[in-house]
Amino acid sequence: MPELAARLQLTGISKRYPGVLANDNVSLTVAPGEIHGLIGENGAGKSTLMKVVYGAARPDSGEMRWNGAVVQPSSPAQARKLGIGMVFQHFSLFDTLTVVENVALALPGKLDRAQLARDIEAMGRRYGLPVDPSQHVYSLSVGERQRVEIIRCLLQQPSLLIMDEPTSVLTPQAVEKLFGTLHQLSSEGVAILYISHKLEEVRTLCSRATVLRGGRVTGVCNPREESVASLSRLMIGAEPPRATGVAREAGADQLIIDHLSMEPQERTGKPLHDVSLVVRKSEIVGIAGVSGNGQNELLSAISGEDARAPARSIRIGDTAIGRLPVVARRALGLAFVPEERLGRGAVPALGLDLNTLLTHDTGLTRHGLISHAAITTLARSIIERFGVKAAGPAAPAKSLSGGNLQKFIVGREVVKSPQVFVVSQPTWGVDVGAAAQIRQEIVALRDAGSAVLVVSEELEELFEICDALYVIANGRLSQRIAVRDATIEQIGELMGGAPASGAGAEVQHAAA
Amino acid sequence: MEQLASLIAATLSAGTPLLLAGIGLLINERSGILNLGAEGMMLIAAAAGFAVGFHTGSATAGLIAGAVAGVLFSLIFSGLAIGLVTNQYATGLALTLFGAGLSAFAGLAYVGKTVPFQTNFAIPGLSEIPFFGTALFKLHPMVYLALLLTGVVAWVLARTRLGLTIRAVGESPESAHAIGFPVRGIRVGTVAFGGACCGLAGAYLSLIYTPLWVEGMVAGRGWIALALTTFATWKPWRVALGAYLFGSVTMIQFALQAEGVEIASQLLSMLPYIATIVVLALVSRNPAFIRLNMPASLGKPFHP
Repeated sequence: MPELAARLQLTGISKRYPGVLANDNVSLTVAPGEIHGLIGENGAGKSTLMKVVYGAARPDSGEMRWNGAVVQPSSPAQARKLGIGMVFQHFSLFDTLTVVENVALALPGKLDRAQLARDIEAMGRRYGLPVDPSQHVYSLSVGERQRVEIIRCLLQQPSLLIMDEPTSVLTPQAVEKLFGTLHQLSSEGVAILYISHKLEEVRTLCSRATVLRGGRVTGVCNPREESVASLSRLMIGAEPPRATGVAREAGADQLIIDHLSMEPQERTGKPLHDVSLVVRKSEIVGIAGVSGNGQNELLSAISGEDARAPARSIRIGDTAIGRLPVVARRALGLAFVPEERLGRGAVPALGLDLNTLLTHDTGLTRHGLISHAAITTLARSIIERFGVKAAGPAAPAKSLSGGNLQKFIVGREVVKSPQVFVVSQPTWGVDVGAAAQIRQEIVALRDAGSAVLVVSEELEELFEICDALYVIANGRLSQRIAVRDATIEQIGELMGGAPASGAGAEVQHAAA
Repeated sequence: MEQLASLIAATLSAGTPLLLAGIGLLINERSGILNLGAEGMMLIAAAAGFAVGFHTGSATAGLIAGAVAGVLFSLIFSGLAIGLVTNQYATGLALTLFGAGLSAFAGLAYVGKTVPFQTNFAIPGLSEIPFFGTALFKLHPMVYLALLLTGVVAWVLARTRLGLTIRAVGESPESAHAIGFPVRGIRVGTVAFGGACCGLAGAYLSLIYTPLWVEGMVAGRGWIALALTTFATWKPWRVALGAYLFGSVTMIQFALQAEGVEIASQLLSMLPYIATIVVLALVSRNPAFIRLNMPASLGKPFHP
């Protein structure tokens, strides 16, 4: 059969790191214009394989062919020169530089900011990725940063585009748009290597997929002919369990936000406009929205990091907490899991045992001295109960994988049986197994009577575990929507900023 | 009036070594390296510059020797802190102590000697202007060179790819490495630039500003220059502003003494240092501003 030279052909790639065989004889072929899915859990070897392709790691054995010729890119710059572009999952952006400057660093040639800014805006319009080129990256939301990464990559006109989990921060409509873009690129002959653990996406988008598990290829298939169940068997050896719980009658109002309007602390933040919500005992309420629409500001006001809200505008039960400091709110039964695990949820360099001290105020110290026996016991019990993979209670937080650290942090809060549990992006960057477990823990907490508020960009997650939803867009919160009445499309429209009144009507319509 | 003009001229002269060293250290720090060896580099360069100037009779040769000495000394720092990834703070402090000792030892033969170099160069025409002539146009060329250097550094940092690269390396060496920049090479380069500037500043002190060699004659200017970079929130023109501000405080101290104002001279000598602390405290009041300008990786080790 006559065959064009593959754009990228990997044969027998193996890569060993101390203590782990990250890639074991991996082969993979991507044709020009093909959208090829690479699926696998965190730690399955996807990142290592992409590092090899992108020139950031050298394989121990195996061969890489590019358009038929054997190549061995020894640096990302060389890989880019070949025409390989990569959108990283962990952004490789420079916070204090502007968008234009960040893009310029990756592009060769003369530095013409004005022209580049126009190119960025044009690219943004063409692919529905709006960014302000003059903004500093540190002031951008996670979602906006990803747009910058994607645009930076596209401006290099790659002939192979590697996308590492690109959709986790996009609205469903934006995902559709992105897929349109990717189809457009592929019809122009660009090969796309699409790394994801979202099996539905891979099924819609990709014509072929390679599945990795434990560093080995466990299958190459046409995902359109597979089911989610069969793909997930290839990927994790089993189907991920769905969170199950006994939905109970929601009780009294626990967390109340009452017409909260406030200016952001940071100059570049989003002001909140007249935000009202209620979370009752024994229910999970979700806030959907694309990041950067006021979630951070709202969460800071709830957690107490920003204690400028009018006192009565935030209440736990009948207690006004708007102006209380963090510790006082915690004493009232509020537990909070922030989006950033390292640095905000945990101190990276300290052991898990010491990290328990961050949010446990009682029983761990005596006369101001740390009781090491107590924190070790607590850390060990969290590790055991939540199945955290760690070297032990004293393992530094940064030595854990994202999923395991998140399990630990969620566990640390859950063991306090908080009255009000607020969690942001509970499964961001967490593998399927751990994500399912974290969701199950959140549901279990609700069943035990807590009021739970989940802020997430993953709609499927919200639909799976929540009883009611709000949508945040541009600092405004929609009306409350019962999950059983809601549709993904409707929520997506609200995320895009459709007026909230329309949504209310739709809810009534759906109910009728 | 003529007195004020002289005071301005003296201020510019006094601020010049601070500006030179500060600008060099600013580039250093923009790439994420904190070199606390500044004082030591300046001392070594002051001694080396004086020795060469003394024997060759050429101020230019002395200044160049100072710059070279600064670069060589900075390479010791680079080898340790960048090559072997030793702690930047400890390495810098050790080099300052080492430089103080080495310069005192090497300068023994020159103690009490002076060099007869011209310190004022009147610019034809301009120096005839009343007041401004004396205040601005009868100074040593190094004063103007330092200002020119400030302009060049500001332009490079803001407008060129080189400057962008240096800032990127200082912001996130990991990301810069991932994109494909030679992080360590760039840092060795910026540290060498810092060494050259500190060297020029040191040699300027011993050859032009106080044309004689005395042990420890840099007298804390290296530390003030380090403080200046923070004071200036890593912006070149603010380094110049700060340098002249400190220069003026030094000069006011002399002027007050000359006027016979009854203040203990020790109290007056403290002025520049007190000013440093006050200004640093004021600048630190705006965390967002610091965050935007401070190189995020400053002082942190980087393993490629």
